[in-house]
Amino acid sequence: MELLVSVIIGILTACGIYLSLRGRTFPVVLGLTFLSYAVNLFLLTMGRLAVGNPPIISENAAHYADPLPQALVLTAIVISFGMTAFVIILSLRAFLEMGNDQVDGKHKPQ
Amino acid sequence: MNHLVFFPIILPFLTGILLLLLPQQYLQLKRITSLASTMLLIAIASVLLNKAADGTILAYALGNWAPPFGIVLVNDRLTAWMLLVTALVATGALLYAIRGIDKDGAYFHVLFQLQLFGLNGAFLTGDLFNLFVFFEILLLASYSLLLHGGGRLKTKAGLHFVVINLVGSSLFLFAVGTLYGLLGTLNMADLAVKIANVPTENIAFIRTAGLLLFAVFALKAALLPLYLWLPAAYAHTTAPVAALFAIMTKVGAYCILRVYTLIFGSQAGHLANLIEAWLLPLALLTLIIGVLGTLASTRLRHQIAYLVITSIGTLLTAFGMNSETSIAAGLYYLPHSTFAAAAFFLLADCIANRRDVMNDQFEPGPIVQQQRLLGVSFFVLAILIAGMPPLSGFIGKLLILKAALAHPALPWIMAIVLTTSLLTIIALARSGSMLFYRAQAPHICHINPDIQRSGMSIACELAPIIGLVCLSIGLLIWADSIIGFVTATANQLMQPEHYIRSVLDLEVQSL
Repeated sequence: MELLVSVIIGILTACGIYLSLRGRTFPVVLGLTFLSYAVNLFLLTMGRLAVGNPPIISENAAHYADPLPQALVLTAIVISFGMTAFVIILSLRAFLEMGNDQVDGKHKPQ
Repeated sequence: MNHLVFFPIILPFLTGILLLLLPQQYLQLKRITSLASTMLLIAIASVLLNKAADGTILAYALGNWAPPFGIVLVNDRLTAWMLLVTALVATGALLYAIRGIDKDGAYFHVLFQLQLFGLNGAFLTGDLFNLFVFFEILLLASYSLLLHGGGRLKTKAGLHFVVINLVGSSLFLFAVGTLYGLLGTLNMADLAVKIANVPTENIAFIRTAGLLLFAVFALKAALLPLYLWLPAAYAHTTAPVAALFAIMTKVGAYCILRVYTLIFGSQAGHLANLIEAWLLPLALLTLIIGVLGTLASTRLRHQIAYLVITSIGTLLTAFGMNSETSIAAGLYYLPHSTFAAAAFFLLADCIANRRDVMNDQFEPGPIVQQQRLLGVSFFVLAILIAGMPPLSGFIGKLLILKAALAHPALPWIMAIVLTTSLLTIIALARSGSMLFYRAQAPHICHINPDIQRSGMSIACELAPIIGLVCLSIGLLIWADSIIGFVTATANQLMQPEHYIRSVLDLEVQSL
């Protein structure tokens, strides 16, 4: 399972970096989203992967999962959600004000 | 009385919410509330500074959760110093904004207070993840403040600023995640204890996390090569926002100083002085790039933005030398460069408003209204920011160069700092003569109707600028006691045991 999760995090990060280096705003927004997915998964993994362990005290549990990374991920998800919403609105505004969706706002000859 | 540590965070937050609830038409009330809250912050920061001055470190456990499990806020000399500088700059920027710029958008004051909320939180927190959260708060407020008033250029610069900072936030989370996964804590004091005896097989990972954190802080501080977002963002935003942003790069510098003296400081075993090999060369290169940008700028606001980069280069050169005297010199230089850059941004706006279509471009334009007054202000600020005697910039640079005498890289530091100072003076002399001496007859000058020609108006405009300059002069007049304080601050930073003990031995009283 560790291998699978690490490969997924790696692919998500690679996609995120590639897309956020693109010249148009939509791929950049997608890239940032991929990056935030990767980082959320990464944070969750940092509590070590385990299946079926409760994160809070329970009477018949032998092992516990670390609850802190879950709390961190929750915070990170909320923040990245808000940021994504903001950057989408900003890209739309940039598109409307500059007349194209290039990140550097240059007008291409038609 | 310990609860006072929490006030710099909760006060701007509550004021922000209150301002959000006030209806749009009560603009005067909003201005008064915002200004009163910011001025109250100065008072609170002064009290905190007074408490920290004798070396006490006040730790405050949020929600009464004992560290290292809960989040702590810590007020030591460095934090109190940063809080005071922030509150003073914010007051200057706000005094300028309430003359009318705050009318351009609906929520200027709300965002301004939330920005202060994020800044103060970032300075006070003693927890790495909480630092991330406060970074996000201050960034989100800064995105909106940057775009305040709207316009094509602002949107473009804003988009770059937002995207690069979002990537920075992801890197921050990767670093925080790695540190938590290997050390099992996020409390900075606890991290400092645990990092000293980390097993050898984990050292490479922690080094990676530490350097990733450095990349994030370098991005906030606009260190080479991560400075490219700054000139456009600072040059295109409104003057009070740019003035407030003068403190934003210092947040990055503060975090570098805090994290790499406390966590990766001299006691971190294998990871001691992690960034020592990187910080000084990068800071010196930033200084060179900054001054080249200053020389190449074709607009005053761009030039000031590059001066901000130069000042960050100087500041981090001081921190990069990593000795008690050099950090003390940097801490003296920090408020000076913040006040000077903030005042210069405000003055650039005053000048640009009076130059009609030429705005702040370096081309012979109409004769500026009240040119003598503005010319003198420009001259004083240029001397201040270039670090010429007799103002505080000179003392700051002198202290830095004095600290460099004991450093092996002395020839490099001397050569670069002195040459860049000379080039800064040349660049500013050129822009001053272009703006004031080479101005042509006033026949094309149509004064912006917003600006009345009365003496009263210019007095109100210049008041915050003069206030900020007076603060710099204050740094000069009380230089002796301030140098004493910053040396004590540097000493406290170089001996993190006291900080660690104050946080980890914190007694949590039951309520």
